Amino acid sequence: MKKLAFATAASLAAAPASAQESLGLDARVNEIFAQATGPFVNFIFAPLYGTDFPWIVLWLVVAASVFSLYFGFVQFRYFGHAIRLVKGDYTNPNDAGEVSHFQALATALSGTVGLGNIAGVAVAVGIGGPGATFWMILAGLLGMASKFTECTLGVKYRNEYPDGSVSGGPMYYMSKGFRELGLPGGGLLAILFSVFCILGALGGGNMFQANQAHAQISGIVGDYPGWITGIVFAAVVFTVIVGGIKSIARVTEKVVPFMGILYVGAALIILIMEYDKIGWAFGQIFAGAFTGLGVAGGLVGALIQGFKRAAFSNEAGVGSAAIAHSAVRTNEPITEGFVSLLEPLIDTVVICTMTALVITISGQLIMDPATGRFVLNEAGSAISTIDGNTGVALTSAAFGTSIGWFPYVLAVAVVLFAFSTMISWSYYGLKAWTYLFGEGRVKELVFKVIFCGFIIVGAAANLGPVIDFSDAAIFSMAVVNIFALYFLMRLVRRELNSYGARLSRGEIARYKG
Amino acid sequence: MPARLIVGIDGHPSGERALDFAVTQARLIGECDLVVAYIIEWSPYAFQTAEENAQRHRRREEEISTVQTRVITPAVERLSKEGLAATGIVRHGDVADALNTIAREQGATQIIVARASEGGFSKRIFGSSTHNLVRGADVPVTVVK
Repeated sequence: MKKLAFATAASLAAAPASAQESLGLDARVNEIFAQATGPFVNFIFAPLYGTDFPWIVLWLVVAASVFSLYFGFVQFRYFGHAIRLVKGDYTNPNDAGEVSHFQALATALSGTVGLGNIAGVAVAVGIGGPGATFWMILAGLLGMASKFTECTLGVKYRNEYPDGSVSGGPMYYMSKGFRELGLPGGGLLAILFSVFCILGALGGGNMFQANQAHAQISGIVGDYPGWITGIVFAAVVFTVIVGGIKSIARVTEKVVPFMGILYVGAALIILIMEYDKIGWAFGQIFAGAFTGLGVAGGLVGALIQGFKRAAFSNEAGVGSAAIAHSAVRTNEPITEGFVSLLEPLIDTVVICTMTALVITISGQLIMDPATGRFVLNEAGSAISTIDGNTGVALTSAAFGTSIGWFPYVLAVAVVLFAFSTMISWSYYGLKAWTYLFGEGRVKELVFKVIFCGFIIVGAAANLGPVIDFSDAAIFSMAVVNIFALYFLMRLVRRELNSYGARLSRGEIARYKG
Repeated sequence: MPARLIVGIDGHPSGERALDFAVTQARLIGECDLVVAYIIEWSPYAFQTAEENAQRHRRREEEISTVQTRVITPAVERLSKEGLAATGIVRHGDVADALNTIAREQGATQIIVARASEGGFSKRIFGSSTHNLVRGADVPVTVVK
């Protein structure tokens, strides 16, 4: 990724003067942005000494593995129980009208299901080949344990205010949990996390979304300056988060699940139409996972891309879900942990795999028929594609190969997903902002205006610097969050042991089923 | 043991007609008390934003308090003035399910509701709460015009 950042910067510098002039404002925004964020990006994606392997990827993989082992593969042992909780089998009827497990899960999912599943997977498969999918699935399965850990803590240590509203998230469990264990530094970690959460909200939760939404719209209506899309998006987001026009958000929240179902449905139809290639595609995924099949970076390249894009898509270990899940109504914080472990499963194992299969089957990735290996582009940084597409454009072209009109539906879905993710992340960012600076109308307005400003920057900048910064910002949240989770996971195990014992003794009230 | 009637009201004039009918029935029965119920339509499977979720508990309390003050308390007071024993209940949920649950919990012998005056397109497509109640209730249901 570091190499990609340099390659992007180098290609920008080498671009002909006339082309730079025609890009105008977008190019200037892009250049300034790439320069400003370069050092931060380089630090987060610095390789381990003597290798090409970014330390941050290892950090995420090790954490997910540790949590899986520490909780005895809770993601598999309590999977059925998680489904029953979402169905409401254990929900007290007297709590009707409160936030249900289903609603907390749906809200968190609408923040994660989106461009990570569409554009992120295309980036992973475009650079790491189909083999990246294998590592993405593995990361998704392991990430379920990370999500379980952080969301249990998110509910356990949330703030419940006298007016009945709640605030939760890593900053709260860091400060309160460390205090409970008599450990120093919880407050400092909470501050660090909040800073990174604000950057993450502005990066992956905002600029990446605006950038890819613009790429999708301009791919259909023709090229035009990104700042125009940025201003339109910023205006709509502004009306919702500042103007309080909740109806727009409500409509989006209702349409987004529909679009998600439509997306998975279209992918399923394509897979049914091309059923004879599914076996071959899985063969490519497994072979590529262990051999690389000649992709950029070989086996390690596939692994890095798979894990990176999985983490970016399902946000396991990042801490954002702990904010989203904390509003649920339950007396047992661990129940929300069980429910939240379904998130990486739906997001990564199911939806991302669908996207990867469609891209692989579509033949958009150019393969040398003589060797059966993928053909790299001139820079050697990614696999060549038929029209040179990357990101969301590659996914769109892959779907378009089988269903000619689907790119238009996808364009609408991308715009709605982008919008929904922005609304979710504006809330996560705001919670971190108010944790740092305190609540108050003016303070909140300052953050919201900054948030809207970054939408314009995101839409105007090139994909390379935006995706680098977005990744770096999101992953920096995971650095602090996972560090804290290692100290706090014993509190979760205490909850798990207690709940598990009571569940097996039949002491957990079941109201349905 | 006195008979118990559940009266489902919704704050509209149709609810008043249900109350009128319930009063008549209670007097005919003699030893009878009334439970006035208002169900706030709510689905645990509806989609909400993170901000709405964070405010949900507060909103729920506000909704219950508003209905209690504006609809339930006046209805119970009216019944008391007419010399009948009456209590009130406010719940969230599916109207038909919740009324039936209340009837079971309270050991009621009958549910009285009014036919909804406002039909609307969605009710024609998905069926009204009254229809669902009549189809699924465990006790006799009287639907007042």
